[in-house]
Amino acid sequence: MSSPYSRAVAIALFFLAAPLGAQSGLDGLAVGRQMLAEDNPGDLWVERGERLFYAKRGPKQASLERCDLGLGPGKVGGAYAQLPRYFADTDKVQDLESRLLTCMVEVQGLKRDDIVKRSFSTLDSDSDMEALVSFIGSKSNGLRMAAPLQHAKEREVYKAGEYLFHRRSGPLDFSCATCHADEGKRIRLQELPNMTDARQVQMVVSTGWPAYRGTQATVRTMQHRLYDCNWQMRLPDLGYASDMSVALTSYLNHRGNGGVIQLPGVRR
Amino acid sequence: MAEPMRIRATLQGDVADVRILMRHPMETGQRKDAKGEIVPVHFIQNVLVTHNGKTVLDAQWSQAISRDPFLGLRVKGAKAGDKISVTWTDSKGDKRTDEAAVAASS
Repeated sequence: MSSPYSRAVAIALFFLAAPLGAQSGLDGLAVGRQMLAEDNPGDLWVERGERLFYAKRGPKQASLERCDLGLGPGKVGGAYAQLPRYFADTDKVQDLESRLLTCMVEVQGLKRDDIVKRSFSTLDSDSDMEALVSFIGSKSNGLRMAAPLQHAKEREVYKAGEYLFHRRSGPLDFSCATCHADEGKRIRLQELPNMTDARQVQMVVSTGWPAYRGTQATVRTMQHRLYDCNWQMRLPDLGYASDMSVALTSYLNHRGNGGVIQLPGVRR
Repeated sequence: MAEPMRIRATLQGDVADVRILMRHPMETGQRKDAKGEIVPVHFIQNVLVTHNGKTVLDAQWSQAISRDPFLGLRVKGAKAGDKISVTWTDSKGDKRTDEAAVAASS
């Protein structure tokens, strides 16, 4: 192994591999994603989300215009840029999806279990949540991510998220950091963002999710991303809008503060 | 109920660059649902694009076209404000028509 020849090959390979690594951003997949983004099918979800937001629905026949996403009831413009945040009425830090869940239950009288069951769409059933998140996310386009960290609870949840991000657990002894704290890591051909790098974590939270996923023919949200990561680490299913998912979102969004929002994104 | 299409038409010289996104399940008749039953075939069969009422594209599609299809075409001799209308008809007889005006190049 340590013959001069093999070392020379190793060095040559290293230099060859470097320009093709995670940071090049111009690999073939990225070119394809860019072409898709010009006519992002996710825009169809934005339109459907807008109709859903203003439609009178549920047993209480109410629209979500009475839903306070942090900037006042019915105010969607810029709301996503400042989430997750502390909400006094629930005495909790909530991300967009857990907040919408609260609103759909409280304002519209829908059943929590029904919404959760349908929160991730399948080829056979649409998800209202995916459409609403696309719409509300797109209403912060052009703004910079600015998740607050003032309230004591916000700091507490952020800390929990930081801990969870680095905490190794499960049969594979993985943490989020195992895959997302180094340059050049990937799963098959998918390059994984390094969340310890400010620019990359900004990209993830401001243009990453929600995103239209070509392989799944639907928009997926941050909750789904975290759920799937959890599954990939062979951990027990991550509860939809659970404290753990909000804590991780809070940690990531806050670290991604400053990223210019452009949603929905486009992913493989 | 069929959901609206998204149509963008922008002028490039005297050619309108038309981009259409449609929302449709485009079932091939090969897929099985969660219960293991075959999902019946359901796809857009015909797409008609008109420019100020004159047909510029009349296409027959098959189940080989993807879910939520995208269609791009270029229409010669267009002017800003011209009307582009798109109609699709699917294999169940459902129809949807949407219109857009050609926007001047930006």
